[in-house]
Amino acid sequence: MMNHPLWQLSLMRWREFRREPEAVFWAVMFPILLAVGLGVAFAGGPDPIIKVAASSASLAQALRQDPTLDVAELSAEAARVALREGKVALAVEPGAGSDVVYRYDDTNSDGRTARMRADRAVQRAAGRVDPVAASDALVRDPGSRYIDFLIPGLIGVGIMSNAVWGLGFSIVDARRRKLTKRLMATPMSRTHYLLSYLIWRMVLLIVEIGVPIAFGALAFGVPVRGHWLDIIVLSVLASLTFSAIGLLIASRGRTIESLSGLVNLTVMPMWVLSGVFFSAQRFPAVVQPVIRLLPLTAYIDAMRAVMLQGASLMQFGREILTLTVWLVVSFVLALKLFRWR
Amino acid sequence: MTIPASALQVRGLRKSYRDVVAVDGIDLEVRAGECFGLLGPNGAGKTTTIEICEGLTTPDAGDVIVLGRRWASDQAALRQRLGIQLQDTQLADKMTVDETLALFRSFYTQGPAVGEVIRLVQLEEKRRARISDLSGGQKQRLALACALVGAPELLFLDEPTTGLDPQARRQLWDLITVFKRAGRTVVLTTHYMDEAEQLCDRVAIMDHGHIIAEGTPDQLMASVDMPPKEPRAHAATLEDVFVALTGRHLREDS
Repeated sequence: MMNHPLWQLSLMRWREFRREPEAVFWAVMFPILLAVGLGVAFAGGPDPIIKVAASSASLAQALRQDPTLDVAELSAEAARVALREGKVALAVEPGAGSDVVYRYDDTNSDGRTARMRADRAVQRAAGRVDPVAASDALVRDPGSRYIDFLIPGLIGVGIMSNAVWGLGFSIVDARRRKLTKRLMATPMSRTHYLLSYLIWRMVLLIVEIGVPIAFGALAFGVPVRGHWLDIIVLSVLASLTFSAIGLLIASRGRTIESLSGLVNLTVMPMWVLSGVFFSAQRFPAVVQPVIRLLPLTAYIDAMRAVMLQGASLMQFGREILTLTVWLVVSFVLALKLFRWR
Repeated sequence: MTIPASALQVRGLRKSYRDVVAVDGIDLEVRAGECFGLLGPNGAGKTTTIEICEGLTTPDAGDVIVLGRRWASDQAALRQRLGIQLQDTQLADKMTVDETLALFRSFYTQGPAVGEVIRLVQLEEKRRARISDLSGGQKQRLALACALVGAPELLFLDEPTTGLDPQARRQLWDLITVFKRAGRTVVLTTHYMDEAEQLCDRVAIMDHGHIIAEGTPDQLMASVDMPPKEPRAHAATLEDVFVALTGRHLREDS
């Protein structure tokens, strides 16, 4: 076993990865940092306090009854400046008689929320009594927040980038060093050589799905509602597909420069189009069919549904077919084109 | 095992790259148990020739028989019986000496233990060192170890000592001599005259894709018209042979 060439080749893959601190950083730390950064930036705690300006003492007094408003008492002029500069979401001014004027941008959701809260506070201060008594029972819903949306996307990007870039670099670097040629001068089997990359990808896949899921669950309570077997089957298929694409990209190149051009050409469109950071639905309808044909879209769409909504993989025949076609076509082409020396 | 009388036979070998003719119809015969040197300046076609013999390059024309077999029909069996050192392989930097040899050893069905090869090439102290931390001579000895790890009957060495300091070269010569003494066959390319004189039983001189002279170093040196031999100091060298044949020096980059 220890002396089997496949084991030795796989060990080489593993050692080359483990002894390259940058590679470990990109594979393990990068998705975490991205999740932390974006998760914190877009999490927006429940019911955040909104800043508003009031231009009279009595209005300020009334607004302060609502603890979710942060009230600054400013002159009407200063309040408008603050509103323009985005320092407050709403300016409340006394109007004719006992009227009140709300000044805000109605396309800004904070502005709209602040207007409702401020009006409620003003009306109550003027003596309105709610006809129906109401109390809040809060239900926070993990699974529909931005961070929930983000984690499956980051897993997809991680699998894609590591497979395409990691595999491509390793293959081209070995060819550039003439290490591939040297190995071809031994009785080594080509199948073992390629299989060792596959084994390495499968080991890394544990990290690529495990780290973001564990981090999302621990730090943000991101749920995993689907069956773990569905997640594994889907992710293994995606990893194989992106590895085949990586193999195809690296099949001829002798320099890292030529490789990185091809990698960027492949990876960048999917970063943007496949719904990693925001829903792919935002792109115009004409490009939707193209977007749906991309392997990363297929993976992320299916992964989101399985992970967040507990869907069954059986419902995603189309996505599985998309990934499989990419896998088979890329792998067959890569084998045909592969330069073994 | 019966060793065929001829370890390597090459007939009418030709190879062109685009418009450059690298090898232009050469014949060679290497006997079992001898050390054969392919000598010539850079660009003479030595590497192309040896890589065709190693089954790494396909010739345009000609016939190559290695240990009685042909590459087209017996690739798998032949690979087990050959040891090959390429001209400028960089092994994986992040791997240690031990790990690299264990990898190469795993490809062969028989051969010495890794520790034994490491001792042979005197890298015991560097067993656990990464390849990036080895000196040029140590890397070259490791490359030789990788070629020896399958106990080859025939060893191909492409410029094994190029770029090494004199002491490292001598160390490598000793290792090749040990291998030769065990009755195995060596084919090597070099552009150092002293190396060929030191190691080789027979030598072929190559230039512009042709073999321009062939024989034992002594025969070749005797064949040149030198001024009457004065004791020792002015003995002819292979360099003189080459200059006499081509009017150029071997080490000049062509």
